[in-house]
Amino acid sequence: MNLADGPTPSPPATARQPGPLAGAGRRRRARAVAALAGRRLAFAVPVLVLVSAAVFALGAASPFDPVKQYYGNQIFTASQSDVDRVRAELGVDEPALVQFGHWLGGLLTGDLGHSRSFRQPVTDVIGERLPWTLLLMCSGLAVAVLLALVLGTLAARRQGGWLDRVVTAVGHALEGIPPFVLALGAIAVFALTLRWLPVAGLTDAGQPATFSQVTRHLVLPASVLGVSQSPWLVLHVRQSLLSSLAEDHVAGARARGLAEWMVVLRHALPTALLPFVTLVGARVPELVTGAVLVEEVFSWPGLASAVVKSALSVDFPLLAALTLLATLAVLLGSLLADVAVALLDPRVATDG
Amino acid sequence: MVDLATPVTSGGADTGDWQPVARSRAGRSRAARTANRLRLVAGLATLVLLTVGAVLLPWLGGLDERLVDYGAVLRPPSPTHLFGTDEAGRDLLSRTFAGLRVSLLVAALCAVVSTALGALVGTVSGALGGWTDRLVMRCVDAVNAVPHLLLGIVIVALYRGGLLAVVASIALTHWTTVARIVRAEVLSLRQRPFIDAAISGGASRWRVVRRHLLPAIVPQAAISAVLLLPHAVWHETALSFLGLGLPPHMASIGNILGDGRGSVLAGAWWTVVLPSVLLVAATLAVSGIASTWRDRLVPRRRSELSL
Repeated sequence: MNLADGPTPSPPATARQPGPLAGAGRRRRARAVAALAGRRLAFAVPVLVLVSAAVFALGAASPFDPVKQYYGNQIFTASQSDVDRVRAELGVDEPALVQFGHWLGGLLTGDLGHSRSFRQPVTDVIGERLPWTLLLMCSGLAVAVLLALVLGTLAARRQGGWLDRVVTAVGHALEGIPPFVLALGAIAVFALTLRWLPVAGLTDAGQPATFSQVTRHLVLPASVLGVSQSPWLVLHVRQSLLSSLAEDHVAGARARGLAEWMVVLRHALPTALLPFVTLVGARVPELVTGAVLVEEVFSWPGLASAVVKSALSVDFPLLAALTLLATLAVLLGSLLADVAVALLDPRVATDG
Repeated sequence: MVDLATPVTSGGADTGDWQPVARSRAGRSRAARTANRLRLVAGLATLVLLTVGAVLLPWLGGLDERLVDYGAVLRPPSPTHLFGTDEAGRDLLSRTFAGLRVSLLVAALCAVVSTALGALVGTVSGALGGWTDRLVMRCVDAVNAVPHLLLGIVIVALYRGGLLAVVASIALTHWTTVARIVRAEVLSLRQRPFIDAAISGGASRWRVVRRHLLPAIVPQAAISAVLLLPHAVWHETALSFLGLGLPPHMASIGNILGDGRGSVLAGAWWTVVLPSVLLVAATLAVSGIASTWRDRLVPRRRSELSL
């Protein structure tokens, strides 16, 4: 029998379940995935409570005294009664558990406290800065994923070729280069020597945040963040595409005489990309870490540079809130990746 | 004919964990083995060169890295200052090597402390099992859910105290990987006959842990410690770069790069180039050696510790 004669090229065997996944089955699958998401969300609650307790315990055990910070140098001239009044107002003498209760209650009602370093409520700081951080992180991730798909595929296409060797070597070298070194290098080359792009900030001095201004200022930080995150993704795509190119269904596709791009892009890549989705979800912590360093170097007005500012001035309410927010982002990242994999691949068990 | 429609094993196929095991690095082909050996030699050579430089430079007529000279501020590379001077007129060559020494020592301290902590937690968790194990592993999950640099920043910010705070912040965020590896090792060791023999010979739980389990996890823990080194260097550098790490008078690579940040904007590129190059060379050398070593000893455990 001539394999190329089939009415339609049969889909890669591992990418779809044999037989149509009809209405009832699909609904059952959707319910199972929703249940998985629900379970994972329920699992996130104790983790968040544990993290907030740990952060609070670190703060409570710290030798740092918020009353002294409140007064600064004036603590030496302030009267004892005033100091006592502030102590009572800040509630620093209550038992740690009571303080933790207050703080947790505040978190649940949306009152995150007052940021001392920005002199405004923590919720306002987050509201102002979250969009810029999300913009930077999403564009950085997009750059990294794009690089990974293009370079990983090209490298795996000709294993051992010059492109493959260059990509692999540069990838391994980039794993060892911290994002801030990359950022300084990028500033030195593209902003100071070539003068193509602005050095730092969200806009030119005194300019409103218009689309063109922000885009021009976004290019450098987003590329640095993306490139610094890309080596793991590129090497992963290359590796998993290499192993999927050796699988039976790809040999089958080749045997049916399909075009090379069709074999690689439609038959080998889909199976190779499932673990990639999980990997991208699992790299949110590194993305946050990279964002802290990149935002700091480029004076990007996002949450990650607020972390550094609040840490330098020991602004506990803001620092704690940002830590919890980052934890939430990490948990959401892995949840989204798991849901995406479960939706894309019917073989994945949803009861685990 | 190949049946293309063969149903793949349904359910339980956890594609997330599926990885080709020993395909690339573990030295299947000759070329791969040569590359592996090359990596090891290059890593060792780099490390030896850097160590010799760091140790011998003061004797070879290197300048004092703390010597401030406001008459020679931000000089480009010249015969007197081979790599130029920084914004306080300090010689960058001596300062970078001094910084490398500080960074590597701090990193080694952090790696040892966090490996000890992780090995302790992992052994206790694996040896006791049951509820303790479950609770400890949930705690490990919780620590891993916070980005490490962020947790490190929180610790350093609240306990601003120089070296000790930096070591604590790195050790308290990095023990989880070691704890996981050690726990898995203990769990698999517990199935081995010699443990059963010890128990039926009347050994107490404490004795089994001390005499049979702890010695057996030493190789794994040692590899983990070396693999943690580049992470620790990275973390210390990042913290110092942000102004949250070692006190400014200690010449760590992070401090030098943090100082150089302002100078780069003034056009003094040499203030960051050499420190960056040495930092990257040292990191890559250590991680190259460590991963080659691990590939030889335990070829399956490739992806557990990645930066």
